[in-house]
Amino acid sequence: MANSNIVARTGNEAMAEAMRQINPDVVAAYPITPATEVVQIFAGYVADGLVDTEFVPVESEHSAMSACIGSSSAGGRTMTGTSSQGLALMAEMLYIAAGLRLPIIMADVNRALSSPINIHCDHSDTMMVRDSGWIQIFSENCQEAYDNMLQAVRIAEKARLPVMVTTDGFIISHGMERLEILSDADAKSFVGAYKPENYLLNFEKLITVGALDLQDYYFEHRRQLAEAMKTSKQVILDVAKEFGTKFGRTYGLFEQYKMDGAEIAIVAMGSTAGTAKVVIDGLRSKGLKAGLIKPRVFRPFPKEELADSLKGLKAVAVMDRSDAMNAQEGPLAVEVKAALFDASASSGANKTVLDYIYGLGGREIKPEDIEHVYNDLSEAAKGKAKQKVTYLGVRE
Amino acid sequence: MANLKDLSKQKALFTGGHRACAGCGAVIIARQVLMAAGPNTVVANATGCLEVVSTIFPYTAWNVPFVHSAFECAAASISGVEALYKSWVRQGKYNKKVNFIAFGGDGGTYDIGLQSLSGAMERGHNILYVCYNNEAYMNTGVQRSGATPKGADTTTAPVGKVKKGKEQFRKDLTEIMVAHKIPYAAQSVVGNWRDLTSKVEKALAMDGPKFINVFQPCRLGWSYDPEMTCEIGRLSVETCVWPLYEVVNGQYKVTKPKEKKPLVEWIKLQGRFRHLLKPENKQLLDELQTATDKNWEDLLRKESLTSPAAEPKPSQTLR
Ligand SMILES: Cc1ncc(C[n+]2csc(CCOP(=O)(O)OP(=O)(O)O)c2C)c(N)n1
Repeated sequence: MANSNIVARTGNEAMAEAMRQINPDVVAAYPITPATEVVQIFAGYVADGLVDTEFVPVESEHSAMSACIGSSSAGGRTMTGTSSQGLALMAEMLYIAAGLRLPIIMADVNRALSSPINIHCDHSDTMMVRDSGWIQIFSENCQEAYDNMLQAVRIAEKARLPVMVTTDGFIISHGMERLEILSDADAKSFVGAYKPENYLLNFEKLITVGALDLQDYYFEHRRQLAEAMKTSKQVILDVAKEFGTKFGRTYGLFEQYKMDGAEIAIVAMGSTAGTAKVVIDGLRSKGLKAGLIKPRVFRPFPKEELADSLKGLKAVAVMDRSDAMNAQEGPLAVEVKAALFDASASSGANKTVLDYIYGLGGREIKPEDIEHVYNDLSEAAKGKAKQKVTYLGVRE
Repeated sequence: MANLKDLSKQKALFTGGHRACAGCGAVIIARQVLMAAGPNTVVANATGCLEVVSTIFPYTAWNVPFVHSAFECAAASISGVEALYKSWVRQGKYNKKVNFIAFGGDGGTYDIGLQSLSGAMERGHNILYVCYNNEAYMNTGVQRSGATPKGADTTTAPVGKVKKGKEQFRKDLTEIMVAHKIPYAAQSVVGNWRDLTSKVEKALAMDGPKFINVFQPCRLGWSYDPEMTCEIGRLSVETCVWPLYEVVNGQYKVTKPKEKKPLVEWIKLQGRFRHLLKPENKQLLDELQTATDKNWEDLLRKESLTSPAAEPKPSQTLR
């Protein structure tokens, strides 16, 4: 087993420590409570010459992500950190980072969105950008925040997608906990060196980044992004496996706690999962068959795997730390229910619902396309279910 | 300084085949700036006409590394590229000499991008920011910007029964940049290739943040015949509506026209000012002439105030 050092650290300190060990080429960031400390501590490392990083203290979060996009497309390992309104101000650029397939890594400390203004934890900031094409990894405590940051680098660079690692504002970011820190050498060798494939500073192979896509290409590029998100599941699992083998702490897409023989369970993310574990221990000792599912990865959403682990239960509760304002339910519940619905459909208990994604980027939809949908529906009604999601009119 | 013959023999770094309008000044600027900068240049571009006409996938007109991310952040994006360069040079991973240039339209520079531009200048990145200034949002259809001159007809400040186009004077971005105390700020114009290329060469030879505001007649937005772009550019300088000058480490140097022509000569060539030629709008036209004269005199005063000859004499020691 590798060397590690047991220390007491807050979540922000743990993330900054991981950043020091990662030693990125560029960090561009702007302060916001409760994430400020992450880059503040890191700026100290820069000032002390402990890292090779060029630190860009930009004038806004929008510029932070823009500078990250510049640095990452130029070929550099690039990181930032933010929260809440900062993440919201970055929103435009988050979509661009993902669309350009840039492996930027972000420490995202969850905090409620205004208004009313509030600095404390909920997940509405992260949920607000859940469709941006960023991989989203939630952490239950300081240890996970640290371990997730190190893994995020590998995941981002292999999946060619940006990754945000979240902690719960104040609860984790400012809570002091026991932390097992890897030796610098172990962390460095796990993270490895970054070798970008195509990058601006390579004058041997000129590239144009961020070209204009009209009706003729936009859809294909978005389709590729969707596919990258799907295949990133395996990347996340592979990186977690290697991390587990090397350092003895295992991770997956989600964690199952006391799910063996469970009859009831809750689904909860972040620090709440830790609280739930304590509760479950209590209930179990009273003979109640309670369990917990803790999604670690919200994007990509581990739909099949999660539904499978919930399938034998008599009842499930989803704990949503944000409201989707959709007159329906919270975002996690929507996802879980969708997963369950599909799982029960495949066992024949429910009727089929087909989804067609069409018309992205101005792509034309023709009468024959719609006819095609009707034909599929007739087949489905006869029990011959087609694939659940069809990209209608895209070249694959 | 390069001569025209040499420049024209170079490999085109901004190529033909882009989709700009006939007579577009923005692409002339891109081409000439890159001629002066040479191939070891990374370009970042704000959203706007220049970007949309030159990078329609799967084509590109850029024979240099190029990045476009969004409208308001060309300065921030190039900051990131330059930051990585510094990091790599410090780590011993890279040793090539590279120029970093950002292009933005007036909208992406004077208005929505002002914050990111100001931030980048204040942080002192070794970059050159070139504003191609056609005095309106052209890409979205000639809306007024902070660079639009008073009296111009635009789609969001139109000439109507009671309003006569844009009601405010434009902001003076070049002076805002000078106030950042950057080593080099300048104004240039389409139609004077020598002025533009030599200013770019001079800027790139200096360390730190540089800014050049290049005046760019837009045949569509200003409404004139395409072959007149350079002519109108030169007339902008001769009427002193767009003086050519540079500020090197705080010292002004103005390129004076041989003869200062009346503003109306410039105005009458452009559809956006058509209404100003009507007798009932004479007062507005006069007001514009007065403002132009004042700006010009102020500029000359700044030149003489900052000239080495004007250095204050050491005060006499009192005994
Ligand atoms: C945040 C944002 N707001 C608005 C737009 C729409 N938009 C794209 S280009 C443009 C105008 C560009 O004007 P300017 O910078 O003057 O350049 P030009 O088109 O004249 O070349 C606008 C408003 C955008 N892309 N992003």
